Amino acid sequence: MDGKPQSPATADVEALERDLLARLDAAADEAAIEALRVEALGKQGSVSALMKSLGGMSPAERQVMGPRLNGLKDKLGEAIVAKKASLAEAALEARLAAERVDVTLPPQRVRIGAIHPISAVMEEVSAIFGQMGFALEEGPDIETDFHNFTALNFPPRHPARDMHDTFFLQADEKGERKVLRTHTSPVQVRTMLKQKPPIRMVCMGRTFRCDSDATHTPMFHQIEGLVIDETTTMADLKGVLMAFIKAYFEVDSVEVRFRPHHFPFTEPSAEMDVRCDRSVPGQLKIGEGDDWLEILGCGMVHPNVLRHCGLDPERYQGYAFGMGIDRLAMLKYGAPDLRDFFGSDVRWLQHYGFSPYLLPGLAAGLSGGIG
Amino acid sequence: MKFTLSWLKEHLETTASVQEIVDAMTMAGLEVEHVENPAEKLAAFTVARIVSAARHPNADKLQVCQVETKDGLKEIVCGAPNARAGLVTAYAPIGAYVPGLDVTLEARPVRGVVSNGMLCSGAELEVTADADGILELDPSAPVGAPVASVLGVDDAVIDFEVTPNRPDWLGVEGIARDLAAAGVGTFKPRPAVTIKGAFESPLKVATDDASACPVFAARLIRGVKNGPSPEWLQRRLRAIGLRPRNILVDVTNYFCFDRARPLHVYDAAKVSGVVRARLGAPGETLKALDGKTYEIGAEMCVIADDRGVLGLGGVMGGESSGSSEETTDVLLESAYFDPLRTFQTGRATGIQSDAKYRFERGVDTGAVISGLDAATQMILDLCGGEASALILAGEVPAPPKAVTFDPARVKALAGIDVPGAESKRILEALGFAVSGKGAPWTVTPPSWRRDVEGAADLVEEVARIHGFDKLPAAEPPRAAGLRAPPAGAGESRLRLARRALASAGYLEAVTWSFCDRAAAQLFGGGADQLLLANPIAADLDCMRPSAIPNLARAAQRNLDRGHGDVRLFEAGPVYRSDADTGQERVVAGVLQPRPKRHWQGAPETDLFAAKRDLLLALDVMGAPVASLQQGPAPHAWLHPGRSGVVKLGNKAIGWFGELHPRALAALGVDGPVYAFEAMVDAIPAPRAKPTRARPPLERAAFMPVSRDFAFVTDEKVAAADLVRAAYGAEKALIVDVALFDVYRGAGVPEGKKSLAVEVTLQPKDKTLTDAEIDAVAAKIVAAVGKATGGVLRG
Repeated sequence: MDGKPQSPATADVEALERDLLARLDAAADEAAIEALRVEALGKQGSVSALMKSLGGMSPAERQVMGPRLNGLKDKLGEAIVAKKASLAEAALEARLAAERVDVTLPPQRVRIGAIHPISAVMEEVSAIFGQMGFALEEGPDIETDFHNFTALNFPPRHPARDMHDTFFLQADEKGERKVLRTHTSPVQVRTMLKQKPPIRMVCMGRTFRCDSDATHTPMFHQIEGLVIDETTTMADLKGVLMAFIKAYFEVDSVEVRFRPHHFPFTEPSAEMDVRCDRSVPGQLKIGEGDDWLEILGCGMVHPNVLRHCGLDPERYQGYAFGMGIDRLAMLKYGAPDLRDFFGSDVRWLQHYGFSPYLLPGLAAGLSGGIG
Repeated sequence: MKFTLSWLKEHLETTASVQEIVDAMTMAGLEVEHVENPAEKLAAFTVARIVSAARHPNADKLQVCQVETKDGLKEIVCGAPNARAGLVTAYAPIGAYVPGLDVTLEARPVRGVVSNGMLCSGAELEVTADADGILELDPSAPVGAPVASVLGVDDAVIDFEVTPNRPDWLGVEGIARDLAAAGVGTFKPRPAVTIKGAFESPLKVATDDASACPVFAARLIRGVKNGPSPEWLQRRLRAIGLRPRNILVDVTNYFCFDRARPLHVYDAAKVSGVVRARLGAPGETLKALDGKTYEIGAEMCVIADDRGVLGLGGVMGGESSGSSEETTDVLLESAYFDPLRTFQTGRATGIQSDAKYRFERGVDTGAVISGLDAATQMILDLCGGEASALILAGEVPAPPKAVTFDPARVKALAGIDVPGAESKRILEALGFAVSGKGAPWTVTPPSWRRDVEGAADLVEEVARIHGFDKLPAAEPPRAAGLRAPPAGAGESRLRLARRALASAGYLEAVTWSFCDRAAAQLFGGGADQLLLANPIAADLDCMRPSAIPNLARAAQRNLDRGHGDVRLFEAGPVYRSDADTGQERVVAGVLQPRPKRHWQGAPETDLFAAKRDLLLALDVMGAPVASLQQGPAPHAWLHPGRSGVVKLGNKAIGWFGELHPRALAALGVDGPVYAFEAMVDAIPAPRAKPTRARPPLERAAFMPVSRDFAFVTDEKVAAADLVRAAYGAEKALIVDVALFDVYRGAGVPEGKKSLAVEVTLQPKDKTLTDAEIDAVAAKIVAAVGKATGGVLRG
C-alpha cells in the first residue's frame, strides 16, 4: 500500500478489526499488547493510517467510513484495557496460588504462665475483707518470743507453746532465741502496739511449724483478722465470718456453728464449723448439707493480750480470727494434697494455677472466670 | 482422753444416748475425735458350745471339735489346750474378721481337716490379753448370744481432745460435771471418804522445795494382799487402752483417769528413812519404771529416800521402789507438783506419762487429800490391810482467787442474751460459788478451775454452757470503698509482678523460706543468726538469702521428671538478718531453657530473656526502667562475664545472669540456667499525689525524624554507655536511641566492634531543617566519641 492512501473498502476494515481483535486475544503478556497497540493505534499504525485516509474521501464515503473507523479505534482501545486488566488479574491469581502455605502448621505459641493458688486466694480474701472495711497489715516471719507467744498470753515455757511445734533460730549472746512465727497472730500485737483503736485489720503471710506429714507442711499460710473498739461483740464476729464464707465460697447462704474451744489469746474462744455436703465422693459442697467442716479459730481478744499491747481491757474489746489460706484454697479449688502446694511441679502449677488475666469484678465474680 | 459410757455413768445420772452425749460434749468444747463401740467390732462373734473334742488325725496338738453354733453343728479344728466337750466359748464363722489376728477367716483344711469356723481366745478378740486358750464363757450363756454382751464389753469408748486449759477434763468426773451443767443429766457427787488412821506411820515424808512440791501427802498401808484386780476394774482400764497389772497399780491408774488425780505407790519395804521431795543433785540417776535410766538435773523435782532417788516427782516412779505382787506394805503418795517444772522435766527426759500430762497442766489442789483417801479406801477394800494416819508435808496451795463479775458482761462481750439466773445456775453447776445480791457478783472458782482469772473467763463459761448455737450474727459492716493498703506498696507490687511474669509464661512457685546452709552461703547468706536450731530436715536448716536456690532445684526436679524448658518465679521473702528489717521482698525467676524444636526455629532463650523479664517485673512494679544504670554483678553465684546488676543511683534494685557453673554443681542443677531477682523494697515509693487525675497529654504536632549511626568502638565499650551518651547529646530533641546492630568482621578492625543505633528526634515547635538535624548528628558523634572513643564507621 504505497503511494496515496486508497479508500478502504468496508470489507477491509472488517478484516482488519477481526485480525486485530484475534491477535489481541492471543496476546500472552503486556509487551505483546503494547506492540499490537502501537501497530494499530500508533502514529504509523494501521488504524491510524486508515483514519488519515478519511481526509481524501468523498463526503458520502466519509459519512460511512468516519463512524466506522472511529468505532474500530474505540473498540480496540477498550479491548486493550480489558485485556490488560484480565492479564493482571490472571497474574495476581497465579501469584497468590504460588504463595499458598499450609496454614495448619503450628505457630510459635505465646506461653501463658499461672499464678499460684495461694496468691490467688490471698487476693480473693483481701478483696472480701477490704469490702468490709479491713485494712491490710504485715509483720516479719522471724519473730520475737514476745510477739509470737508472751504478748499473746502464752505463759513462758507453757505446754501450750509445745503444741505449736515452734522453729527456733540460734540463741544470741544473751541466750534469747527468735522464732519463726507459728501463726500470723503476732501481727495483731504489732498493730495494737503502733495504733490506737479503733482497729480493723487483716494480715496474711507465711507461718511455720516443725511438722511434716500428709496434712502438715513446715511452712504454710494464714490470714489473721483483728477488730478492736469499745463495743464489738462475738455476734459481730459471727456476722463478719458468715459474710466472708458466703463471699469466698460464692454461695448464697451458709449455715455456721461456733464450737467452744481454747486459745490462749482469746476468751471466749471458738472454732467455727461450716455446713457441708460430702455425700458425693470427692466433691465437697460448702454451705449446705448434713455434715460440718471445721474452718477456723476465733474469739474475743483476751484481756491479757490487750494489756500486753498497752490497751486498757476495761475500755477496749474486740475479736480476732485466723484461718489457713492453703486450706481455704484446697477446700474451694479441690487440690487434695497440701504438700503439692510447695512442690513446684509444673504440671500441678499449671493445673491448679490461675490465669494472670483473671481478676475479680462484677462481670467476672470473685474468682474472675467466664461463667 | 478416753472414757467409756458406763464409767461416765458412775458420775452422771443420764438416759442420754451416746450420740446425744457426743453432741453435748462438742457444743461444750470437748472436741470428740472418735467413738468406738466394741460391740460393733465383735458383732460377728457369738456364743457356742463344744459338743465333742477328738484328737486330730494328723496332728498331736490339734483337736477336731463338733460345736453347737448359731449356724448349727460345725466341725472346727482347734489348737487350744482347754478345748473340751461342754465348754462354752466364742465362735467366729467363716468370713468373720478376727481383730487380734488381723485376718478374715476362710474355710480351709488344717492338716487335711476343713475347719468351718474358729473358736477364739480373748487376745484374738482383743478383749483380754489371754492368748493361751480359748475363752471360757459363763456355761449358762445361750448359744448364739453376742459374745460382747456376755463379756460385758458392749460399752462405747469416747475419745476427745482436752484443751490445755482444762486439766479437770482429764478425769471422768470433770467431764460429767460439764455435761450435767449442759443439761445432759444429773451430776452424782461422790460420797465423802474418811479414813481413820489405824496407826501413826513410822515412815515420814518431807518436801524441801515449796515451789517444786508445795504439798506431799501420803498414807502407809500395811498388810495388803496384792494380786490381779477385780474384773470390773480390769475391764474399765482395758477399755481405755491401759494394761491391768495388779491392784495397787490399777488403783492409781483408776484415780488418774477417774478424777485426774495421779498417785504413786512405793513398796514400803524398799524405802529407807524419810521420803522427801527435793531438787535433783548433779550426778544422780534414776532407773525408772519404763526400764530406762535417766540423768537427774538440778531443776528436776525428785522423790528420794536416804539412799537415793526413788522417782521423778509427778513424772515417773523408779524401778527399785515399785510395788509387786509380793508387796505387803505400801506408801501411797498424793502430791502437787509445779506444772512448769513438771513440763520441763518431761521435756528434758522425753518421758510421756499420764501423771506428767496431768501435773504439767495443773491438777486439782482440792483433791490432794480427798483423792488420797478415796484411793486408800479402795486399796483397803480390794487388798485388805490397815492404813496409817495422814502423813503430810507442806501445805495445799490456796484455792483460786474470787472474781468480780457483772453478769451483763455476757451480753456485752459474747453478744448472747442470758438471764442472770441462768448465768448463776451455770456457774454453780460448774462448781463456782456465786455470792452478792445485785451486780457485780463475787464468783469463786472451784479448786480445779485455775484457768479462770477474770470476767472474760466467766463469760466464756456461761456462753459455752448456755450454747454458742444461740449466738446471733450481727450485720457485717460495709466499707465505703476499698481502702488503699496502708502496709505500703510492697504487697501490691508483688501482685503486679505476678501478673506480668505469669503473662510472660512463668509459673509462680511458692517454695520454702529455708534452704540448706551451703546453698545459703553460696548465695551470700548463711549467717549464724539465720540458722534454725531445730530444722525439720538437715537440708532445710537456714533462712534463705535468695529464692534462686529453691527455684533452680525445683526446675531441675521438673527436668528430671521429663518436663524441661521451665520458667518459674517466686514473689516472696528473703532474709538478710533476724531483725524486723532483715526481711525483704524479692521477685525472683529462673529459666532452664530446653526449648522444643520448632519448624520455624526455636526462639532463643538466653541471658537477655532473663534481663528482659527482670526489667518487665521492675517496670510494672514502678521502677523508672528508662533511667536505670547498669553494672557488673558482684555476685559469686553468677557467671562473671554473663551477668549484671541494674541500679538506681548507687542502689542495686535487681540482678540477672547465667548461674555460675560452680553454683550449678553445688545445687545439683544442669546448666545453663538464667536467673534474675528484683529487690522490691528498694524501688522508691511512688510520690504521693493529691488526686488521681493525670497530667494533660502533650502530643507533638510534628513528625519525628530518625537517623542511623554506626560507631566503631573498642571491644570493651559497653553498649549502654554509648546509648546513654547519644541520649545525652541533645536532651531537648532526642526521645529514643535504639541499638539495632552489633557487628564484628570485614570492615571493622580486629579488637573493635561496630554498634549501630537509630536515634529518634522529636521536634517541638517546628519542623527541623536538614542543617538543624546535621547539627544534632554532629553533637551525637561528638558525645559518643567523648564517652566511648567510638568513631563513625566510614
